[in-house]
Amino acid sequence: MKIIILGAGQVGSNLAEHLVREGNDLTVVDLDAEKLANLQERFDLRTICGQASHPSVLRQAGADDADMLVAVTLNDETNMVACKLAGTLFNIPTKIARIRALDYTKHAQLFDAEHFGVDHVIAPEQEITDYLRKLIDYPEALQVVDFGGGRARLVAMKARAGGPLVGHELRDLQKHLPGLDARVAAIFRRDRTIVPEGRTVIQDGDEIFFIAATENIRAVMKEMRRGDKSVRRVMIAGGGNIGQRLASSLEADYEVKLIDRNKKSTERLASSLKKTLVLTGDATDEELLLQENVEDMDVFCALTNDDEDNIMSSLLAKRLGARKVISLINRSTYVDLLQGGEIDIALSPAQATIGPLLTHIRRGDMAVVHSLRRGAAEALEAVVHGDEKASKLVGRRIEQVEMPEGVSIGAVLRGSQVIIAHHDTVIEADDHLILFVPNKRMIPKVEKLFQVGFGFF
Amino acid sequence: MLRRLLPILHVQGMIILVFGLSMLAPLLLAEITKDGAERAYDLAALVTVSVGLLLWLLGHHWRRDLKTRDGILLVVLTWSVLPAFAALPLLFYMPDLSVADAYFEAMSGLTATGATVLSGLDQLPNSINLWRAQLHWIGGLGVIVLVAAVLPLLGVGGRQMLKAEMPTPMKDNKLTPRMAETAKGLWVVYILLTLACIGVLWALGMSFFDAVVHAFSILGLGGFSSHDASLGYFDSVAIEAAVGIFALIAGINFATHFAALRGRTLLSYRHDPEIRWFLGFVLISGVVLALLLWQRDVFLEFPEALRYALFNTVSVATTLGFSTTDYGQWPFFAGLWMMFLCSFSTSAGSTGGGIKMMRAMLLYKQVYRELKKLIHPDAQIPLRLGEQIVPNKIVYAVLAFLFIYVASIVSLSFVLSFTGMDVLTSFSAVVACINNTGPGLGNVGPASTYAVLSDFQTWVCSFAMLLGRLELFTLLVVLTPAFWRR
Repeated sequence: MKIIILGAGQVGSNLAEHLVREGNDLTVVDLDAEKLANLQERFDLRTICGQASHPSVLRQAGADDADMLVAVTLNDETNMVACKLAGTLFNIPTKIARIRALDYTKHAQLFDAEHFGVDHVIAPEQEITDYLRKLIDYPEALQVVDFGGGRARLVAMKARAGGPLVGHELRDLQKHLPGLDARVAAIFRRDRTIVPEGRTVIQDGDEIFFIAATENIRAVMKEMRRGDKSVRRVMIAGGGNIGQRLASSLEADYEVKLIDRNKKSTERLASSLKKTLVLTGDATDEELLLQENVEDMDVFCALTNDDEDNIMSSLLAKRLGARKVISLINRSTYVDLLQGGEIDIALSPAQATIGPLLTHIRRGDMAVVHSLRRGAAEALEAVVHGDEKASKLVGRRIEQVEMPEGVSIGAVLRGSQVIIAHHDTVIEADDHLILFVPNKRMIPKVEKLFQVGFGFF
Repeated sequence: MLRRLLPILHVQGMIILVFGLSMLAPLLLAEITKDGAERAYDLAALVTVSVGLLLWLLGHHWRRDLKTRDGILLVVLTWSVLPAFAALPLLFYMPDLSVADAYFEAMSGLTATGATVLSGLDQLPNSINLWRAQLHWIGGLGVIVLVAAVLPLLGVGGRQMLKAEMPTPMKDNKLTPRMAETAKGLWVVYILLTLACIGVLWALGMSFFDAVVHAFSILGLGGFSSHDASLGYFDSVAIEAAVGIFALIAGINFATHFAALRGRTLLSYRHDPEIRWFLGFVLISGVVLALLLWQRDVFLEFPEALRYALFNTVSVATTLGFSTTDYGQWPFFAGLWMMFLCSFSTSAGSTGGGIKMMRAMLLYKQVYRELKKLIHPDAQIPLRLGEQIVPNKIVYAVLAFLFIYVASIVSLSFVLSFTGMDVLTSFSAVVACINNTGPGLGNVGPASTYAVLSDFQTWVCSFAMLLGRLELFTLLVVLTPAFWRR
């Protein structure tokens, strides 16, 4: 796919990294030549230096035959104008823009084809905030992702001795929770995938991915490990865009403390946040953390722009007694290094935000794509089209579908129903299937499965 | 010096002129009804209008835009000079009235205080009673606001003047982009409410004249009545209820009324952070006092206790100052508590007096913030008033304001008791005057008048009223040497 990315900031370069790896033709446009040079050195892509919203620059970037434009500059207005131009002058089929200001996003008609022509609005900060929020709502989880507009969820978590199901076979779940359906989609044991079957025994330390209707999530989680006490106190280090959004989304339900170093921004934060206690100071300062009772915190989130600061402050908070620490880390090497050690969750912003873009890059009709396990695995919500003749899926039972190795169908969303997949579930046209793909290499095979044969048209 | 004053005198002349023209209302009434005060008004109006005209012409050559200092000076001048002119009809009609008493009466009228030195009000000519109430009405919302609404002459310095007169700590709250529009808007609200009040009182059985006089008095939160027995004269629950409700309405920020009227929505009342506290304090206090009076057997029936306690509490707390009974005879706590309420209950931007509920809220929140700071030394805690964040400089200004307010009450009380007045009377007189309430306790209680005061004590009380109406700073700054230095 030929893709143009406008803006080589954090979001832009993270996207570029992902998309290049997936084998796309990439052109990155930015005003900052230094950033571009750096990108070009690391990845196989083309760079153009110039104002992203100028037609000449877009033409130079190859807008005439591009398949997709992703506008992720820091400036909402530039992004919107670029999308408009891409539609009017170059007829680029898919235009994605990052819009941060709520003032724009709450007027959805602005993005219609006849106005700014933005096909998809992404708000990375908001997505990371939602991601974090779910981790705080389900403190035992490593990752929680939504399907079908939140009707079904996939949860990743570590099984711990003490959970009723640990040490038992998977099929016992039915006995433990009668009348409640859930499906374990994958188990990772010491970083190797195990294809879950009814007789698989769950062990302490297994990383389990399961799918269930949203209201059943908590009950299933309780099976895997003894429920921790629920979260009441949250401390956030870093009052940037993400820290502020998270605090304002949490403050109604939790006791939130927010630490920022900059006096100017704490003043601003204190005036925009209603209930959060805003503190001026350094989150790596032991005195400050102790004074604010870090040992009583249920969750500590390090969300500054600085990876090292985040790592140090979350290590410190953990050492001082915070129950669970989450750290935002941009560099993917650090993430691999730290995840699962002292730091409970090392979150890479790129991971959390790449999903919506992948939705548009995948072939076949994908409603939702989530990147899991730091990009190694993927969960898809794919739409089934066609009829029995043209489709490889319609009218077949799940056991009849030839799935690539390890890929499993977790659930079927039919209308407003959430049907947990069993071997005899019959797939119908227009169903949304939730698939777990343990390894990215299998993605093309999965895509093929969902493409409708020519006979249908 | 004179060169500097002349441009101010020019505007001052204009203000006096407008004020003189407002004497036409009682003058006409006197001429038509031939109530005996015609000559007093002829003379007073003539003097006022000609002095105004003279000053205006005198300064005409030197007119220029006013500076901040000029604005403050002009406001202080206006508020101290106008009562002198307002006193003229009283002096001309009652030659044996002392100058101090006449000035006091006029000042009490214009600052919407309602403390009176006159008795035998029922026998006074209607035009005199109208004039007294009219002073309340004009002074209630503010003379400068009136002038700004009528004449576009105030120019750039005008906003400063409006700010100097405005009874609120948050002076930069602009309702409309242009000052004259703001002033007009406020007057429209004021006039509409007054008309409504007149209509209601008239419908409830007052004579039309009494309805007008009392409506003027209520909306300005003054307290002059045309009867010695104040509102007790009517002895009607319905009238008391209506007066209480309109007093509460006048105790709410007029900017809120304005926003409600302009947007045709009641939402602005919900967003006004002061209203809840104002109504809560006043009404709960009324009920608690009713219980107290009932329990102490001042009233044998609870409904009766509730009627008197609620009305008098609302009346004093809103700084209106009507009374339906001599609450000086109630348990000591009741009177003292009512005096306490009147010092802070009304909203900023209302026609009431005192330090205003907004300042009280800010003080409370500042104390709470200090306490919180002890627990979390590094916390950034903004001071929030409703949705709005209050800048620290306003909090400091409020703290200074409270200090001066308390200091003024203490020192003026000392001055009065130095002249031989008993402590309760002197303290309550100062509190009642500086809060522009009217009746105090002891010898100046609701059943008596300020006529018992000596001339000197009367002047002190006049000063206290002015101090309170101009919210201390505006008046005090003119008294500092720094103000006069170039």
